[in-house]
Amino acid sequence: MTRSLLFIPANTPAMIQNADIFEADAIIFDLEDAIHPLEKDAARILLKEYFKTNPHLNIDVIIRINDVSSPYFLSDIKHIMKWPVQGIMLPKASIASVEELDQLLSKYEKRKKNHEPLWIIPIIEQARSLFEVHTIASHVRVKALLLGGEDLATDLEVERTQDGEEILLARQLVIYAAKAYGKEAIDTPFTHVDNAEGLISDAKHAKRLGMTGKACIHPIQIDTINELFSPTQEQIDYAKKIVLAEEQASGKGAFSVDGKMIDKPIIMRAKKLLEKVTK
Amino acid sequence: MKHATAGTLESNDCLVTVEAADQLEIQIDSTVKDVFGEAIEKVILDVLKKSHIKKIKVSIQDKGALDYTIRARLLTALHRMEEKND
Amino acid sequence: MNLIKNTLNRQIPEGYTPFQGANNLIKTNERKIIDEVIIGGGNKPVESDIASVFDKLDIKDGMTLSFHHHLRNGDAVLNLVLMEIKKRKLKHITLAPSAIFPVHEPMVPLIKNQSITKIYTNYINGPVAKAIEEGHLKELLVMDTHGGRARAIESGELTIDVAFIATPAVDHAGHGNGIEGPSQCGTLGYAIPDLLYAKHKVLVTDHIVDRVKKVDIDGRYVDMILHIPSIGDPEGIKSGTTKPTRDPIQLKIAKNTARLIEELGLIKPHFNFQCGAGGTSLAVAEALKQRMTANKIKGDFASGGITSFLVDMHEKGLFEKLYDVQCFDLEAIKSYQRNKHHLMISASEYGNPYAKPIVNDLDVVVLGATEIDLDFNVNVTTDSFGHLIGGSGGHADTAFGAKVTIITTNLMKSRLSMVKSSVKTITTPGESVDILVTERGIAINPKRQDLINKLKDSKLEITTIDELMKRAHHITGEPKMIPSSDKIIGLIRYRDGSIIDSLYQL
Repeated sequence: MTRSLLFIPANTPAMIQNADIFEADAIIFDLEDAIHPLEKDAARILLKEYFKTNPHLNIDVIIRINDVSSPYFLSDIKHIMKWPVQGIMLPKASIASVEELDQLLSKYEKRKKNHEPLWIIPIIEQARSLFEVHTIASHVRVKALLLGGEDLATDLEVERTQDGEEILLARQLVIYAAKAYGKEAIDTPFTHVDNAEGLISDAKHAKRLGMTGKACIHPIQIDTINELFSPTQEQIDYAKKIVLAEEQASGKGAFSVDGKMIDKPIIMRAKKLLEKVTK
Repeated sequence: MKHATAGTLESNDCLVTVEAADQLEIQIDSTVKDVFGEAIEKVILDVLKKSHIKKIKVSIQDKGALDYTIRARLLTALHRMEEKND
Repeated sequence: MNLIKNTLNRQIPEGYTPFQGANNLIKTNERKIIDEVIIGGGNKPVESDIASVFDKLDIKDGMTLSFHHHLRNGDAVLNLVLMEIKKRKLKHITLAPSAIFPVHEPMVPLIKNQSITKIYTNYINGPVAKAIEEGHLKELLVMDTHGGRARAIESGELTIDVAFIATPAVDHAGHGNGIEGPSQCGTLGYAIPDLLYAKHKVLVTDHIVDRVKKVDIDGRYVDMILHIPSIGDPEGIKSGTTKPTRDPIQLKIAKNTARLIEELGLIKPHFNFQCGAGGTSLAVAEALKQRMTANKIKGDFASGGITSFLVDMHEKGLFEKLYDVQCFDLEAIKSYQRNKHHLMISASEYGNPYAKPIVNDLDVVVLGATEIDLDFNVNVTTDSFGHLIGGSGGHADTAFGAKVTIITTNLMKSRLSMVKSSVKTITTPGESVDILVTERGIAINPKRQDLINKLKDSKLEITTIDELMKRAHHITGEPKMIPSSDKIIGLIRYRDGSIIDSLYQL
């Protein structure tokens, strides 16, 4: 259950040092926007040495690489294959770039044999990728989709606002595509770090639409995101009730809980929720 | 003069400068010199050994960087110095 | 200098009483109180320059002069007296300011030329600290706790010839308070022992009124008033409080501390609480406030240095009373002016171990540390390198009195572990310290099996202090121990006047 993902600039030792204790469900070490072109080499080497000293982090680790058309792409992948990470976040994702990354990863993984296949988390941040998001989501390596609201607004040539009207369609398309294939839908980060109220309202909105998690750009946002994207105790208790009732009613067909008729979709939702909670 | 730098002066980081030289020279300036000065020198010597470098001047301004950060910054500086030659 | 050891295995100079345990106070000092020095009623003479005060009181070589620190780094009174000492070329003066701040830099040359040869204080940082740690003070520096200084004064052990009491508002009868005038600072708790027991008392003010609104300083104890243009800089006076931290590591520590307090079942009606004024403490207060509000819990009192955060909790009905020994900011001053349950307490009522002090009624205190060791001894006096950066203040007093004492600190700061095998200087003994909360785990003092049992099902990351040090060293590498020099330049006194540790020259 990836409720929160924290971006950490890959060239900042002070932040890397504490990556494991920020309580985010996943960490995204950023080799892309957070790193100046002249420091890309320094960032890669720093992460390389960090992972050598810390090969077993008890948290999911994702690397945001530079996009496939950049001069750093190949170097990024070459290095990453030696690191103990779980996934790669791909900026400016498209069907073509996801395919390209997948092929490169498969090539390396074949050589290494034991290598657990890396996930891809494509960032949907261009207008044209909204028309490809359904196919992107269907890809077997894709675990989750991240909506890149800031870059998307730039692509649309509109202002990025707090209520997010300009990215509403994009959010929904990402959610539907993700749900269609059982993938996670991660919402774009809320960039006004000092506005705690704004974060809550933005995250609630995203959750209501169907997002399953949200990216964070500052550790101070993590607690709020974790709380909002976790099922409530009420929801957990209700789900347990349903699963228990199903076991007791086995074979007897339809049953009710608290006066409500429980059918298959409701049972499936309850089971999925409990699965996420126990992880 | 062939030289290169890597790193920053931010907390938990270090600024490493490497320069071509006729002998081995290591200069360490650190906020935790009394406590970790020897450890820092050891890391630097270790990296130079593995890189087969015997003659070089290494200066480090350290703000409490952990071993892997010192290693990384030194390796990056060495790499950058090499690239300047290409 | 011959050395002996105390029960914490620390070396102290022979001839002084060694620390023998927080519950094993020096019996000879069992509340001994000398007679109060009452001058009498009537109008008090008003002087307009410091020279007249020195003349009239015949201030000369070898005397002991005292000051309080309610004006903090905005204080102008101590420096005024220092200038006069310098002018008259006085020698061998003992100063007893309750704290010394960077603004008191003019003291440095007077220490170096031995105009000032001895100092008693509870908290010190800045240029004066540097001069002392370099060995320039002729006699040993004596550091007390806030409660300990009150004890020393009222028992007659620390005899004060002249107390210069900065008083923001004064009337002609010599009554005064800290809530009126341009240099208002709130309560004047630290000044009370000096007022009662010093041989001579001078109120130094910049604001004389016909009648003060509140009598916190009783004129019957006052010899004279010194009226000067300004006793301090209001900005320096009011800026004692920081904001709650936004550092994500400290926020995590604060959050876990509040959770811990709740899991220990301490947040219940009539609970009594104290915390520091630093960023992490305020974040803890913030988190506690949310829990108390959600569960409709009303505490009895919050105490200590009062900040706007505690005032807010009081005004929201979360604490019935505020016991104030020092106001840290403007909100606290205003609250003391208008809230009838915001009460001033003297340093003695606050922390004097022989006086049934307020600290003994505390349920929880949350404090900081520059270092803590495997025996839970805490250092708030020096940093890891031995630089003098503070002092107990109320640390050792509250740590003793509170039912649960919690220390919050980052486990590591800039590659240095805050958990050491042995701290550089012991300010508060480990027997008074119950729990350490860091970002990488919580350690409970093995002496508190009761707390360990209460938390056995907790989902908090609870481990041993040895394990925390191991975790830190695993990340930082093994640190090399920096030995202290041989030269002792100061004494750290416990609340009863016994010596808990020594200060060494850098």
